[in-house]
Amino acid sequence: MAVIQEPFSPIQPRDAARGAAWLQLSITLVVLVVGCWAFVEGFLFLRDSSTPKLVGAAVAVVWAGGTLALFFFVASRIIELMPLRWAVRLQPFIFIGPAIVMVVYFLAAPAVRTLIASLFNRDGSAFIGLGNYVTVFTDPAMLVTFRNNLMWLVFGATFTVILGLAVAALADRSRFEKLAKSIVFMPMAISLVGAGVIWKFVYAVRDVSDSQIGLLNAIVVAFGGQPQAWIAQLQPWNNLFLIVIVVWAQTGFAMVLFSAALKGVSGEMIEAARVDGAGELRIFFQIMLPAIKGTVITVAATVIIFTLKIFDVVIVMTGGQYGTDVIATQFYNQYFSNRNFGLGSAIAIVLLVAVAPIIVYNLRQLRRSER
Amino acid sequence: MTTSEPVRNRLPDLIVNGTLLVICLLWLVPTFGLFVSSFRTRDDVLTSGWWTVFPHREWATISTLPLPNGDHNQTMTVAGATGTFEQFRDGIATPGNKRVVWVGNKRAGRIEVQDQEWTGVPKFTLENYFDVLTGKEYQLTDINGVKHTYKGDDLSGALFNSLAVTIPAVVIPVVIAAFAAYGFAWMSFPGRKFLFAVVVALLVVPLQLALVPVLSDYVRLKLNGTYLAVWLAHAGFGIPLAIYLLYNFISALPRDIMESAVVDGASHFTIFFRLIIPLAAPALASYAIFQFLWVWNDYLVALIFIGSQPGVQVLTMRLAEIVGSRGDDWHLLTAGAFISMILPLAVFFTLQRYFVRGLLAGSVKS
Repeated sequence: MAVIQEPFSPIQPRDAARGAAWLQLSITLVVLVVGCWAFVEGFLFLRDSSTPKLVGAAVAVVWAGGTLALFFFVASRIIELMPLRWAVRLQPFIFIGPAIVMVVYFLAAPAVRTLIASLFNRDGSAFIGLGNYVTVFTDPAMLVTFRNNLMWLVFGATFTVILGLAVAALADRSRFEKLAKSIVFMPMAISLVGAGVIWKFVYAVRDVSDSQIGLLNAIVVAFGGQPQAWIAQLQPWNNLFLIVIVVWAQTGFAMVLFSAALKGVSGEMIEAARVDGAGELRIFFQIMLPAIKGTVITVAATVIIFTLKIFDVVIVMTGGQYGTDVIATQFYNQYFSNRNFGLGSAIAIVLLVAVAPIIVYNLRQLRRSER
Repeated sequence: MTTSEPVRNRLPDLIVNGTLLVICLLWLVPTFGLFVSSFRTRDDVLTSGWWTVFPHREWATISTLPLPNGDHNQTMTVAGATGTFEQFRDGIATPGNKRVVWVGNKRAGRIEVQDQEWTGVPKFTLENYFDVLTGKEYQLTDINGVKHTYKGDDLSGALFNSLAVTIPAVVIPVVIAAFAAYGFAWMSFPGRKFLFAVVVALLVVPLQLALVPVLSDYVRLKLNGTYLAVWLAHAGFGIPLAIYLLYNFISALPRDIMESAVVDGASHFTIFFRLIIPLAAPALASYAIFQFLWVWNDYLVALIFIGSQPGVQVLTMRLAEIVGSRGDDWHLLTAGAFISMILPLAVFFTLQRYFVRGLLAGSVKS
């Protein structure tokens, strides 16, 4: 993280003629009123209109841009009319204000609201304390869910780190570095829904008497095996076939980070080890790996957060059937299918608690960089 | 490379490139299979693997014979092959790389003499794309000669919906976060460190937490099922990362530039618009690509805030719905999936440089 710079305060340019202040103020107010009217009209138009889609999108960009421009124009005008002391004090909040409002409304406040909702019953009419949490940690279906998420977390993070590291290290020594990296990186551009379709086709199963159209079963049959319904049978190991999809999608991310980190490892040290007769493998494990330990932690943490929240893949592949439910699909089921708002909220809070250690770690890193 | 140690390096070179090739094939083949299948006819997709489009030798019937007379439970000899019914059913090899196969049941089948022949040019078609984009009905004739009418899917509408959702959902957070990042980097105010810590803490907060309360507000405001609902939600969820990325970049800009501008009498607004925005363009591009891919590929946020509004649904939702309701229509699914990937893949490969830069700056690390 970059070092936080000492802020500075430029002197506000002032209008020499103080007498024009009233005129300025009234212009600003007119702009403000007209702007607010346009804002509300735009809001209603965008909410209620059924105009062609891209026209709506264009209007939205103008509307959002206009609202922001209006905000900054009016705010800067008002500030110019203020005593200098106040202007310097208020101006920063004009810059950060809209962003803070957005993140507080869309993330911080909902966390508190969800926490409160989790202490109430299914329709929020009665306070039941920790009742929902008792259900979350004792219900057999939820226990299967937690087991699955643990599998996702352990296997997902492990495979992604190992494969990402392998590709980064191998590509570094290859003439085809760029090509190989682009291929492994490509799935990052694809939605998990799309990736689900790709892999569902790989896992497709046909009757024994028909020819197999799924690649995996075709290979199994070619070697004399029986076709399998990979994502339905062999519970709980069928989860692994879903985890493969995310490993396939995330390895590119791991590879990019590892690749950059490996290139940063001191060449002199490696050269010295080579002169001393160390083999490539030994150099990798004893010099390179320790040097990029921080990046390994970063990648593992990112993949862990990603797999904790995994939703799309499970919905597309199994819909949570065959013992593949995860926390996020349970949350969706409880809230939107069962209409159990209390229990759904409690599951969401469990998700927050699960990522809490990473939040603490990030904040600690931030404080260290500020020092 | 020096010429003194080529022998030591040749073997690792082979291993390195070989392993890399295997990994690349593993990564490429699933997508490639989908791509090839999207151009095959419905019947082909459903009855044979996509890899059969490559030239290969296949058993082809060269002559058909009637069933032999006599007891079919005994060993029989037909067309130079001798065996029981079961052996005939699996095919019996005869000289000249031919085989004799019993097709059908024991009483009323036929005997085929087959030879291996090279397959011809595979049939490719754009029909699947038409069917899945325009929603027109298509007709197919089954083996009994009966015509069946199926409905395609209207993905073209969803394609526009995805565009309409994505563009504002990228622009809004970029603008808001750029101001905030400058504020955090170059202005002093009480609570600056605390507020920035809040932003960093919110970086990894699961958005599942936000769905329920925001949805209930949206229902009250009658915003649910509109684009506006999704734009604002995506902007809100995306801003912490945007601020973090842009802050890292903007706070690292040289102080002298800013100070000389101040000496010239520039205000914060002038500095922001004239200096920061042009200088931070690469970082803005990085984040914009991030957010574009995120919004375009998002399923959950759209599912919650757009829900069942049919005219507003985005590509990922339609695709997931086809998987759920007609998961065996592989000719539609392959084409539909590929349509949903074209734009992000194009953006991704043309702007990969910026994306990688953003990835490296955005991964939360020390």
